[in-house]
Amino acid sequence: MTAMLNVKDLRAFYGQVQALHGLSFALNEGSLTTLLGANGAGKTTTLRAICNMVRTTGAIEFEGATLSGRSTENIVRLGIAHVPQGRGTFTTMTVEENLQLGAITRKDKAGVVSDIERMYDHFPVLKERYTQQAGTLSGGEQQMLAVARALMLRPRLMLLDEPSFGLAPLIVRDLFKILGKINREEKVTILVVEQNAQLALELADQAYVIETGRIVMSGKANEIANNEDVRKSYLGY
Amino acid sequence: MELFTNQILAGIATGAIYACMALAVVMIYQAIDHLNFAQGEMAMFSTFVSWQLMQWGVPYWGAFVLTLAFSFAGGIAIERLLFKPLAKAPILTNVAGFIALFAIINSVAGLIWDFTIKQYPTPFGSSPFLGSQLISTHQAGMIGVTVLLLMGLYFFFQFTRIGLAMRAAASVPESARLVGINTSWMIALGWGMAAAIGSIAGMLIAPVVFLEPNMMGGVLIYGFAAAVLGGLTSPLGAVIGGFLVGIFENLAGTYIPGVGNELKLPIALALIITVLVVKPAGLFGRPIVKRV
Repeated sequence: MTAMLNVKDLRAFYGQVQALHGLSFALNEGSLTTLLGANGAGKTTTLRAICNMVRTTGAIEFEGATLSGRSTENIVRLGIAHVPQGRGTFTTMTVEENLQLGAITRKDKAGVVSDIERMYDHFPVLKERYTQQAGTLSGGEQQMLAVARALMLRPRLMLLDEPSFGLAPLIVRDLFKILGKINREEKVTILVVEQNAQLALELADQAYVIETGRIVMSGKANEIANNEDVRKSYLGY
Repeated sequence: MELFTNQILAGIATGAIYACMALAVVMIYQAIDHLNFAQGEMAMFSTFVSWQLMQWGVPYWGAFVLTLAFSFAGGIAIERLLFKPLAKAPILTNVAGFIALFAIINSVAGLIWDFTIKQYPTPFGSSPFLGSQLISTHQAGMIGVTVLLLMGLYFFFQFTRIGLAMRAAASVPESARLVGINTSWMIALGWGMAAAIGSIAGMLIAPVVFLEPNMMGGVLIYGFAAAVLGGLTSPLGAVIGGFLVGIFENLAGTYIPGVGNELKLPIALALIITVLVVKPAGLFGRPIVKRV
């Protein structure tokens, strides 16, 4: 398998403060990878660095193209969909407009229309509310909308920042099931940042553990799940 | 009763102009969170350009369309050259930028066309509208052009891809970038459109207030009053605010003893302060809530 995303010696800075200290990792095409770590470890920063939303040094390559120096919107246009922390919903717009915005860079009108229908099949609750202002949806529904919006790009790679945040456990299970399905059926490579380590490790096939801006462990998800240190620190048993 | 109807209709006619100015102010405010103090001067300069074109023999509507294009390009140029570099600067730096822009445009217009008052033509004529003494054809034309403009803008923002992208960029810039929208150019586009809308207001009001470099001062203050009344976050509110301010201005000038023409402007200022104290978000605006 070839690496779709290759990150080498990534350092990120907020003003004078350095948040990442030389991160290197790779994502294989078609994989579902999770990035685990405690609060403040640098998980969100890693995702933001990939989309050039924070000042960085180091090399990031996506399907052979160098990402550093490109603007966020140009990186997205390469096929990288980013579901940010807090979901990034366009709250004053309707559910359908949110989906249209996900596909705003696409030129194939017919494809966009049929993709919106496909999203309504994936997430029936969105169909029921398609004319409603997105800000009136519940947290779980907004997370579904955020995932659907990202899929509207027809991404090659999808980055998700704590999709389980603030959601009821049952809804999180649903959501993760859908993510697994998207990964298998639509061949979208996924990188998901999570604090809910147990669920994330069940879902993923690859995992990285990050501590204070450094990768401290990497491997197959089931191996990481059985690691003593990880179990103590992140799984609580 | 006829006086009353007459004042209402006259109020709607000038209100249309305030609505345009308010809309222009709100468009820029939504994009960059600053009030464009130079909006009126930009409109005045555009109006001079249209006048100059007519002096050179271009017919009215030809000059109108050319001026729209000039203003659109000018608005974009101002954003690219002056306000894009200031995007991350503190508020006061931006305010200084707007004031500088105000002064520069005003002086340049005076330099080119001097400060004497000039007649400005109306394409609608000034006879009574449809034989009625209540409203003149120019006033009816002001209302008509504004209504067409508003319908066009509504269609643009609701039903076109680029309109949707502009709304997204204004409401959640970071998410807009994450779906691939070039938010920086959306801001520039907003400036261009605001400048073009302002130029329409200038060209429509010029036959009434006459053409001179300070013609838009009062109009812009009413436009601000309208934008504040309607809510700076709501384009629809700005438009409704414009019409309300126009009607209010006329009725107050006619019926409140001692107000007359001299005290009309302080009424706009009193209105701004009252709204800011009583209902800061305006009639249709959303209160801004920040998560802490």
